[in-house]
Amino acid sequence: MTALAVRDLDKSFGGLRVTSRVSLAVEPGERRLIIGPNGAGKTTLFNLITGELAPDRGAITLFDRDITRVPSRRRPHLGIARTYQIITLFPRDTLLRNVTLSLLGLSSLRWNPLARLDGQRALIARAREVLERVALEHLADRPLGQTSYGERRRVEIAMALAQNPRVLLLDEPFAGLSIEERRDVLRLVTGIPRDVTIVMIEHDMDVALDFAERITVLHFGEVVIEGTRAEVVAHPRTREIYLGE
Amino acid sequence: MNVWVVLAVNSVTLGGLLFLLSAGFSLVFGLMKIPNLTHGSFFMLGAYLATSLIAAGFGFWTAAVVGGLLVALFGGIVERFILRRLAGAELAQVLVTLGLSFMVADVCLMVWTGDPIRIATPDGLRGATSVGGVGFPTYRLAVSLIAVVVAAALWALLDRTRLGAMIRAGVDDAEMARVTGIRVSRLFTIVFCLGAWLAGVAGVIGGPILSVYPGLDGEMLPLALVVVILGGSGSLLGSLVGSFVVGFLYNFGQAMFPELAYVVLFLPMLIVLVVRPQGLFGRPAV
Amino acid sequence: MKRIALGAALVGLVTLPTWVGGTYYVNIASQILFYAIFALGVNVLAGYAGLVSLGHAGLFGIAAYAGAKILGGGHGHLMVALVALATTLIFSAVFAVLALRGTGLGFVMITVALGQIVWGVAYRWISITNGDNGVTITGRPAPFGLSLASPRSFYWATLLVFLLAVASMAVFVASPFGASVRGTRDQPRRMNALGYNVWMIRFLAFLLSGFWSGVAGLLFLYYNQFVSPQAVALTASAEALLMVISGGTATLLGPITGAFLVVIMKNVASAYIERWNFVLGAIFVLIVVFMPEGLVPGTVRLARWTSTAWRPRAVQPTA
Repeated sequence: MTALAVRDLDKSFGGLRVTSRVSLAVEPGERRLIIGPNGAGKTTLFNLITGELAPDRGAITLFDRDITRVPSRRRPHLGIARTYQIITLFPRDTLLRNVTLSLLGLSSLRWNPLARLDGQRALIARAREVLERVALEHLADRPLGQTSYGERRRVEIAMALAQNPRVLLLDEPFAGLSIEERRDVLRLVTGIPRDVTIVMIEHDMDVALDFAERITVLHFGEVVIEGTRAEVVAHPRTREIYLGE
Repeated sequence: MNVWVVLAVNSVTLGGLLFLLSAGFSLVFGLMKIPNLTHGSFFMLGAYLATSLIAAGFGFWTAAVVGGLLVALFGGIVERFILRRLAGAELAQVLVTLGLSFMVADVCLMVWTGDPIRIATPDGLRGATSVGGVGFPTYRLAVSLIAVVVAAALWALLDRTRLGAMIRAGVDDAEMARVTGIRVSRLFTIVFCLGAWLAGVAGVIGGPILSVYPGLDGEMLPLALVVVILGGSGSLLGSLVGSFVVGFLYNFGQAMFPELAYVVLFLPMLIVLVVRPQGLFGRPAV
Repeated sequence: MKRIALGAALVGLVTLPTWVGGTYYVNIASQILFYAIFALGVNVLAGYAGLVSLGHAGLFGIAAYAGAKILGGGHGHLMVALVALATTLIFSAVFAVLALRGTGLGFVMITVALGQIVWGVAYRWISITNGDNGVTITGRPAPFGLSLASPRSFYWATLLVFLLAVASMAVFVASPFGASVRGTRDQPRRMNALGYNVWMIRFLAFLLSGFWSGVAGLLFLYYNQFVSPQAVALTASAEALLMVISGGTATLLGPITGAFLVVIMKNVASAYIERWNFVLGAIFVLIVVFMPEGLVPGTVRLARWTSTAWRPRAVQPTA
């Protein structure tokens, strides 16, 4: 059983083919890295997997269950979580509230118009635990707007982890971070247990290579190389694609 | 049989007037992506200004042009000093135009009082002409002709001039236009003034038929809205077709279902908004 | 500290008829209260859900007209309330389904169209609505035999409903559902990705909003003993929106303050200032231009949010 698989995925916008016959299969617990130059279609692929975009052709399966037709809002309930390249959190709310919202998304409590959200002790305790995992528990009551960029990146990851995903999609988690911050995030990511399958998009090769077990290289919407880290790094085409930048 | 002919010709007239009213609205909506809720006020203001100009001794056509220019000036000030400040916040811009419409309406009430004012039909266009054996006021037929002339002139502007090319580029994709070096904010001002001018002139032209009275703005604005939603924003052809469609809907609707007069108008608008948000002619929204 | 203020306010409100100085002012106070309920209703959408509606006077009016018709049919006041509110809820649902086809500006335009259709029916479908002449009713409810005919008793009844509205709003705001609604305002895409059903959340918020608008409409009917197309005109919706934005959206106090300001201006100030509409428009313009926090929806706040100093260095969103 594969954790996440896409088969012959196609997506065009007008005349532009952004995703072209993309197939890949990620094993449970695997650490997969997706790389490729700008415009290669990496984030589009994520958007297709999470359902924010509908493919023109092809199929997506999650633990062998076909989710191609499942609406995007249901996919988190099935175990997919993702982070975004551009931070899309709730700036006026505290870190604790941000993570609580994430937890609430999968809970039937989210429809309750009578209970007091701040009184949900179990929920809030879990939110604190998640913040601990990303070493931000000390800032739990700080409004997001008053935290640093690096801290927000960690909150992004916390939001995704809060939903106990089976498959975690990280979209350029290191973007814009300082060296130290990258180290922190890398430690965070490598510390995630193996019952979570991780697929990461990254542009910055230094940090990402440490993380990857298998790598898929996208170029102009197509999969051009795929293999273990060693194989892909050694592949002449990889250098071509990147040196050509 | 005669009733239908009368209705049809009246619809054509109304359509012509609506085109004059809506063309500017459509351009502004297409380029700046906002429904200018002050547009009805521009229409009414133009008409009111003309009444004063005519009372001061100017001729009808002079009053129309000058009235239009004054409204255009006002529009320019609004765009340059208020709307431009809110660039990018379309919703805020819409609300501002709504607030301005209240202000203009009250100022008009203050200056010209609450009594309806008739604008006399210009010399040379008085009397009746025969169409299909029925006599129609010449002026009403003239209005349709004027609408066609204006449509042609606008088409020439959009299709044949550099300004027109810039406007079309802006309507298509304002961001891209900016990138290619078009001074989009200045274009906005120009088009807003043009829209205001057209509305003001339309108000004067409509004067002999509708008169001017408080509340005229509130009656014309929804009609312009319907025309543009049905015809698509930023589309000249759409405004033309939409205007005549609305003219027919309104007159025939009034005649056949007087109780549902407004429903007949707004229901199609609602349907289009809900089913095909870009109108019948416009481009699909991103 | 907050509790003391609230307590004092409550005492002040309850004892108002004794200190406010005359029946005229008691009536003004009643108006402020039910318009505040209306504003609170509109704010559920505009402030908490980020959806600006310029057609809510339509729902307000539907409740009033429905109430008037039922009462005219000889039914009791309880029936009136039930049917009027049920009707309003049904129309709110219809409005919601149609309006939610659009977002942002599209949503506004659709609500305008809907409001205009209601107005058109009120104005022209004379056989049902009596057109411009409006519908008159006689009598107010007499719950438990207590007459509401006098300004004072009507005021206290309205105050009771108002307090219920505020309390239920406060509960809603503090609830998980309330947080969900605000989430869809701030980051709809994110909420969707977190497993929320954004459409359904908005739809339910619309129903809540419509319900309270309907309640306000009924109170309006009983207060005036009359309803006319003017109550559902675009200006009425605009005034409701003005109440919401002038007091500050996304708070409970905001719409209440806004209702207070607008009603006072309209009734009291218009005795001194003839040009009420000019002032209304000017306030609208000033607030929107200078105090964008008085106006919530995504565009303005988003513009500020994305322009803060910490923009991520890696900027390409395409990959």
